[in-house]
Amino acid sequence: MLFDRRLLQHFDWILLVLLIVIATISVVNLYSATYAIKDAGGSQIFARQIYWFLIGFAVLLLMTTFDYHLLERLAYSAYVVSLALLVTVLLVGKVTSGSQRWLSLGGISFQVSEIAKIVIVLTLAKYFSERGADAEARLRDLWQPLLLMAIPCILIVKEPDLGTALVLVVVSFTIILFTKVNWKSLLILALPSLAAAPFIWFSLKAYQQRRILTFLRPEMDPLGAGYHINQSKIAIGSGLFWGKGFLKGTQTRLHFLPEQHTDFAFSVLAEEWGFVGAVFLLLLYLLLILWGIAIATSSKDRFGSIVAVGVVAIVFWQLVINVCMATGLLPVVGIPLVLFSYGGSSLISTMAGMGILMNISMRRFMFQ
Amino acid sequence: MRSSGFDPVSVEVFNRRLRILTLCVFAVFAVLVLRLWFLQILNGPSYRVQSENNRIQLQDIPPFRGMIFDRRGELLVDNRPSYNLYIIPEQIQDQKQLLKSLNLLIGLEPQSVRDKLGKESHKYPFKPVLIKKNVSRNELAIVETNLFNLPGVMVQVKPQRYYIFGSFASHLIGYLGEISEHQLGKEKYKDNRPGDLIGKSGVEGEWQRSLHGFRGGAQVEVDAAGRKLRVVSRKRPLPGMNVWLTIDKDLQITAENALKGKKGAIVAMNPKDGEILALASSPAYDPNWFIVGMDRTQWAEIMRSKDSPLQNRPISGQYPPGSVFKIAVALAGLEEGVVDPEEEIFCTGQFRVGNHTYRCWKKYGHGKVAFHRALVESCDVYFYKLGKQLGVDTIARYARMLGLGKRAEFELGSEKAGLIPTRRWKLKRWGVPWQTGETVSMAIGQSFVLVTPMQMVRMISGIFNGGHLYQPKVIKWVGKDGNKIYQFTPTLMDRINAKPENMELIKDALLGVVNERRGTGGRARVKGLTVAGKTGTAQVITLEKEEEFEQKSDIPVEFRDHAWFVAIAPAEDPSLALAILIEHGGHGGSGAAPIAKEMFKTYFKK
Repeated sequence: MLFDRRLLQHFDWILLVLLIVIATISVVNLYSATYAIKDAGGSQIFARQIYWFLIGFAVLLLMTTFDYHLLERLAYSAYVVSLALLVTVLLVGKVTSGSQRWLSLGGISFQVSEIAKIVIVLTLAKYFSERGADAEARLRDLWQPLLLMAIPCILIVKEPDLGTALVLVVVSFTIILFTKVNWKSLLILALPSLAAAPFIWFSLKAYQQRRILTFLRPEMDPLGAGYHINQSKIAIGSGLFWGKGFLKGTQTRLHFLPEQHTDFAFSVLAEEWGFVGAVFLLLLYLLLILWGIAIATSSKDRFGSIVAVGVVAIVFWQLVINVCMATGLLPVVGIPLVLFSYGGSSLISTMAGMGILMNISMRRFMFQ
Repeated sequence: MRSSGFDPVSVEVFNRRLRILTLCVFAVFAVLVLRLWFLQILNGPSYRVQSENNRIQLQDIPPFRGMIFDRRGELLVDNRPSYNLYIIPEQIQDQKQLLKSLNLLIGLEPQSVRDKLGKESHKYPFKPVLIKKNVSRNELAIVETNLFNLPGVMVQVKPQRYYIFGSFASHLIGYLGEISEHQLGKEKYKDNRPGDLIGKSGVEGEWQRSLHGFRGGAQVEVDAAGRKLRVVSRKRPLPGMNVWLTIDKDLQITAENALKGKKGAIVAMNPKDGEILALASSPAYDPNWFIVGMDRTQWAEIMRSKDSPLQNRPISGQYPPGSVFKIAVALAGLEEGVVDPEEEIFCTGQFRVGNHTYRCWKKYGHGKVAFHRALVESCDVYFYKLGKQLGVDTIARYARMLGLGKRAEFELGSEKAGLIPTRRWKLKRWGVPWQTGETVSMAIGQSFVLVTPMQMVRMISGIFNGGHLYQPKVIKWVGKDGNKIYQFTPTLMDRINAKPENMELIKDALLGVVNERRGTGGRARVKGLTVAGKTGTAQVITLEKEEEFEQKSDIPVEFRDHAWFVAIAPAEDPSLALAILIEHGGHGGSGAAPIAKEMFKTYFKK
C-alpha cells in the first residue's frame, strides 16, 4: 500500500506533542528519582528509559503505517496468541520477587500481560462492532464478552499480577458499558457483583487481604503497605504549592519512598514540583484523554470508535488507580503510572496503543 | 467492510455515551485535584514538617529462633547474643584515620573495610554497613571504650544460633545456612529476608517455619544524620516454636563416644512406639561452623572428605547386613516349613555349589548343628543350605516383610532404601539371570543385599514387640508456652505376619546369641538384664582374599569387614532396641557388641 498523502495532512500532531511533553517530564522526573543511586545503577535506569521511549515512539509511528482495519481482521488471532503467551509465561516464565510475569525471547524480556491489555481492547471492539443495534442489549447477551475478558484475567491473576488483572477488568467493563448494556441491565449486573464480593474476598491470598485491610487502617501494618502509603503522602504533601525544587526532594533522596521510580513516580514529581507540577501533569493527561474521546467521536466506524475508547480507558484507569494509590485514596496495588513510570513493557505497549489511536485519528476522513 | 459505517441511531447513542464519559472523566480529575489540594495546600505545612524533622526509617527486628531440647527438657540448641560491627558511611569524618584506628585497635584490614564500604555507601549513605560479624568480647570492650574516637562506628547485638554441645546429634539437628535466591520466593520462607540463616537439613530444616517465628520491626524516627530519636511504632517479633526431641541426651552421648575415631552409625529406638532415642553418625560435624562462617577451603574440605561427615549414616548409609540377615532367612525357613527345628546338619566348614566352595566363618566347621545353635553360633553352612532350598525370591519376600530394603519412612527424610535383590531385579538391572551361588551368599547377607541401620533396628524391634513395624520419629512435641502444635503419636506402618511359635523360636535363638556359652554376642551381656541380639560381619572383600594376608591386622583398614550388632532388652518386655554398625570394625561380636553393652548400661543405669 502506498502511503496516501492525505494521511500526512491528517497526521495528529496534537497527540504526538502531548506524548512528547509527558515523556520529557517523565524522563526528567526519573533522573531525579534515581539521582541518589546514580552510582549504583541509577544512571542505567535513566538511560534505559530514554531508550525505551525512543523505541516506543518508533512503535507508535509503525502502528500508523497500515489501515487499522487490518487489526480488526487480526483481532481474534491476536487474542488466541496472547492467551498462548500467557499460558507459556505460567509454565516457563521468569520469576521475580515471587511472581511469574516475564517471558524471555532472544535476550529480551517482556511482560505478556501488558500486551494482553491492548489485545483485549481489539478483541472486544471486534466482537461488539460485529453485533448490531446497541443500547437494547440484555444481560444474557453479555456472557460471551465476559468470557473473553475472564480467560486472560484468570491467567494473569495466576501469575500473580493482581494490578494488571484489575486494569483488564475495568477497561473491559468500560467498553461493555460504552457499547452494549442499557442502564437497567447494568444495575442487574452490579447487584450480583456486590453479592459476590465476600467470595472474592475469601479467594484472595492472605497478603492481598492484608493490603486492603492495611489501606482501611494503615496503623495495622506499620512496616509494610501502611508505611508506603504514609511515606508517599508525606512526600506529596510536603511539596506544598511550588514544590521543593528539582533534585531537592528529601523523601526521594533519602529513599523513604518505596519503588520511587516505578509505582511512586508521581509522588516524586509532586514532592519536587508541588501542587503546580502535579496538577500540570494531570492536565496533560486530561488533554490526552479528552483528545482520545474526540478521536472516538469522529471515527467513521464502530470498530475504530470502540478501540479508541478502549485505549483511552487503559490510560485513564491506570492513571487514576496509580494517583489514587500514591495519594492514599486506594490500597497499594502495584500499578505503574502509565507513560510515566519506569518500565519497558508497559511503556512500549502503551505507545503501541497510542499508535493505534493515531491511526484511527488519521483515517477519520477516509472513505472506505 | 461488514461492520463499518454507522446507522444514525447508533451514532446518536454513541455520541451521547461519549458525552457522559467525558463528564465522568472531568469528575474524576476534579476529585484527584481536590485530593492534591487537600494534601499539598491544606495539610501541606504539617507534611512538610514531617518530611524535614521526622525522618522515619524501618528497622528490622528478627525473631528469636525456637530452642531445641532433648526428651527430658535438657537444652541442646539455644541462641546467644552476637556483636556485629557496623559503619554508617554518612557519619565518617575522616575515613583514612578511621581505618587506621580500627586496624590498630582490633586488627581490621583497611582494604577489606574499604571494599565493604565502597559497594553500599553510595546507595544509602545513612544505612549501616556490616563490617565484621561476631566481634569477640575483648574486641567489643576495646571498640566500646574508644567509640567517641570512632565517628561512624556502631555495634549492634543480634541473636545467633548456638549449638551448646557442638557436634552433638548434628546429623539429626541439622545446620543453618544463608537463604538462597530460589528459596526466597517460596511460601515456606515468606517471613525470611535476604541474608537470613535458615535450616538447611535435619530438624532445623524440616521445622524451619515453626522454629523461625515471625519477624517484627519498628518505625524509627531518625534525624538528618541518621541518629535514632524515638520509636514511632513497633511490631514485636514473635519467637519461634520450641522443639522437643525424642532423643535421650545421655544415651546419645554414650553412642557418640563409642563412635569416636571410628566411622559408623548407631540407632536406638523405643521398640514399642518407634521413638528414636539416639541417632549417631560418625564422623560428625559441628553445626556452629556454619554459623560463624567457614572459609572456602574449610567448606571444600568437608565436602570433599571421603569420610563424608555430612552423611547421616543411620538412614542413608547402605551396608551389606552380613549374618544379621540370617534372622530373615531363618524366619522364611520356619514359615515356609522348610526347616525342622530339630533336624541337624553337619557343618564341615565348607559348602559346595557347582564347582565353587563356600566357606563357613569357622574354618573347621561347627560339626552337628540344628536350627537354634545355627543361629546362636551363626553357622554359615546351615544357612547356605537353607538359603539354597528357599531360593532368592522367597528370602526376598520375608526380608521385605521385616522392613529390609525399603524406606522406614523416617520422619526427617533423606533416607536411602537399601536393596533386597530378586530374580526379576537381577535380570532387569544386569541383564543376566540369577545364579544359585548368589542365593547362597545372599543367605548370609552378602551378594547384593544392602540395608540401613534404621531398617535393622526396626526389624529387631518388630520381632520382639509382637510384629509391629513403626515409623521412626524424632519429634516429641513442638510448641511454646504450653501450647502444642505437634505431639508425637506412634504410627504403625507394617506388620510381620508370622506364626507366634516361629517368632518364639527366633527370639529364643537371639537370646542365645548373647547368653549362651558359644553365642557370638556374649560381649553384650549385661548383669540383671535379658539382652537378645544378633551379630553380623559384613565382608568388604571375600574370605579367600582376606586369607592372603598373614594376620588380620595386616589387612588395610578399607578392606576390613563391617561389624554389625542388633540388640534389644529386656527381651520379655522390650524398651530399648539398638542397631550398631562400625565400618571396617571387624567382627560384629568384638567390634560392635561391646558398644551395645555400654548403651544398655547407660539406659538402664546398670
